[in-house]
Amino acid sequence: MSSTAAGVHAESHHHGDDHGPVKGWRRWVYATNHKDIGTMYLVFSLVMFFFGGSMALVIRSELFQPGLQFVDPAFFNQMTTMHALIMVFGAVMPAFVGLANWMIPMMIGAPDMALPRMNNWSFWILPVAFGILSSTLIMPGGAPASGWTMYPPLVLQTGDAFPFLIFSVHLMGISSIMGAINVIVTILNMRAPDMTLLKMPMFVWTWLITAYLLIAVMPVLAGAVTMLLTDQFFGTSFFLAAGGGDPVMFQHIFWFFGHPEVYIMILPAFGVVSEIIPTFSRKPLFGHDSMVYAASSIAFLSFIVWAHHMFTTGMPLTGQMFFMFATMLIAVPTGVKVFNWLATMWRGAMTFETPMLFSLGFLFMFTIGGFSGLMLAIAPADIQYHDSYFVVAHFHYVLVPGSIFALMAAVYYWMPKWTGRYYNESLGKLHFWLSTIFVNLTFFPMHFVGLAGMPRRIPDYSTQFADFNAMASVGAIGFGLSQLIFAWIVFQCCVQRKGEKASQEVWESPKGLEWTVPSPAPHHTFDTPPRVTGGVSFPHDG
Amino acid sequence: MSDSRKPGEVSTKSLTMRLFALAVGMFAFGFALVPLYDAFCEVTGFGGRTNTEAAADVQTVTDKSREIALEFVTTVNQYAPWEFRAELDGMTVHPGGMYEAWFVATNLTDRHKIAQAVPSVAPQQAAAHFKKLDCFCFSNQEFMPGEEKRMPVRFVVDSDLPEYVDTITLSYTFFDTARLTDSSTEMAHPGHETR
Repeated sequence: MSSTAAGVHAESHHHGDDHGPVKGWRRWVYATNHKDIGTMYLVFSLVMFFFGGSMALVIRSELFQPGLQFVDPAFFNQMTTMHALIMVFGAVMPAFVGLANWMIPMMIGAPDMALPRMNNWSFWILPVAFGILSSTLIMPGGAPASGWTMYPPLVLQTGDAFPFLIFSVHLMGISSIMGAINVIVTILNMRAPDMTLLKMPMFVWTWLITAYLLIAVMPVLAGAVTMLLTDQFFGTSFFLAAGGGDPVMFQHIFWFFGHPEVYIMILPAFGVVSEIIPTFSRKPLFGHDSMVYAASSIAFLSFIVWAHHMFTTGMPLTGQMFFMFATMLIAVPTGVKVFNWLATMWRGAMTFETPMLFSLGFLFMFTIGGFSGLMLAIAPADIQYHDSYFVVAHFHYVLVPGSIFALMAAVYYWMPKWTGRYYNESLGKLHFWLSTIFVNLTFFPMHFVGLAGMPRRIPDYSTQFADFNAMASVGAIGFGLSQLIFAWIVFQCCVQRKGEKASQEVWESPKGLEWTVPSPAPHHTFDTPPRVTGGVSFPHDG
Repeated sequence: MSDSRKPGEVSTKSLTMRLFALAVGMFAFGFALVPLYDAFCEVTGFGGRTNTEAAADVQTVTDKSREIALEFVTTVNQYAPWEFRAELDGMTVHPGGMYEAWFVATNLTDRHKIAQAVPSVAPQQAAAHFKKLDCFCFSNQEFMPGEEKRMPVRFVVDSDLPEYVDTITLSYTFFDTARLTDSSTEMAHPGHETR
């Protein structure tokens, strides 16, 4: 058993494992290598990020001024719906799955994912799903326009796109479930011999919890949309009042999926930030084990708070009280995490490279989104905020400077390991500062117009909201253009292979097994499991 | 690799199968939520759910000392070509007494139509205490072209009604059941219904 990275190559003698990847398209279509599949996931999600982002710009252009300017209301509604579906299922979730594919085997000392062929399927289903979903844009009746929540009876008025919407959601669900199963089996069965569960890095931990959430709730969403499908075409009445059904029941089933879904999008972000902040504070992560318990508590609580999305549907007082307090309870484990990150930085020898900047931006702005979430949790106040731009401001603060910033941080942090080259640091910092300024310019004014009563999902608004909307639109266009810098940095580093060569450690004494393999990481790593005691220390070992 | 299994560890195949079974189980759970939700609503009156079959065990001791204002609301679902109203705007009732109210609906089309009225009671705390003995909402109503129909509901408000409830709203929404009964193209595009 070799204990160092140097031994990795020397001992690869299993039937010709030391060959490189096959050449040409076969490498990608037949891919079973976790690094290749991870790369495909990340590229796919970047493409979807720009696709969904361009829809956001259509929305913001229309809202630049009151009145109808560029698009008709029906198309506007298609844009809000498609923007959400693409960003949630096409950009954020696949990006985290891509990171999981790349990093989890390297962080736990495994040679690959446990189920490589299923891994290939889970990726290749995605382009099919989004091909189907995007094709609805040119169908008679247009793309789905009922909001990503697909509430009946409105969603049943979708034109020819309706069955395509349902099937694409099914496919996304199948892809996520297979990806999640792969992650769990890899983590539980393929860790290096001495790596106990509590020795696992936080990113691996948060993904383990996320994967369980995915398996628990994606099938429930699949069930809900199947009921929509049979209501529309096969004469059932799950949600049709005329046949004894209840449209409010859809909201319950949807949010039973939907609330854990928001933690699916944020828990891996917590994991990423928990890797980066210790590295650039040059201190071990404060309270590693409490972080694990906090993430598990958040996951558990996420199953019992769904009806806080439905305070205006007319719930009994006891129901409102229960969901209000259960929701507020989530602030406790989340607070544990935020304070642990702060304590990690306390008296650390901090430096502010791009990944750290994005992590700090995450920490600060995700917390703003968390606070507006607490405000929304207050049942009596929620009746005022419900379906207003305040809600839009809230969930964009947790998703854009939350999940997306964590993804950016992760890419900057691990890109030198993937490519063997440093990215352009000055451009990276420029990308961070422009993104931060514009993301706040976009979403902060939405709090004000929301509290003043501007409803979400409308193409036109009262003139009193004009100034803040103009600001938000300028911010959105600035934010969108800033992301082109990111695309350029990635292109330079990954395709043009420009930039300083990265060492094996990349950063200054980072913790974790991924830094014990060469940069760029060879096609096959850890063919023989590494020893984790002695040689390699873990974030919480001090 | 997978040979270096720790004691008590499950094989990759068996773990994968268990996780798939969990996913299938959760799919089934999504459907199990439907009867669970129904049972929950029936028990609690959540969402103003009221009985849609004739109520049994109705008490008949009238409590003359208490007066409840009963209001009627009638709604026609967006795409249904009906006129639908209550004969009276409302009435005053005593708990325990048996009453009758009449509703009138007209088919505005020149076609044969089948309708279904869906009842709801507000506040929801009163839903379980508003007991219908007979109601036009218990079954489908058939209408000839242009037909007008007078339809009754007979009910008792039981005297266990919480003290703080002094007004009850009984609301009916009238649905065209074409979507549920025919397989014509009307179904796919309820928005484009021809009149």
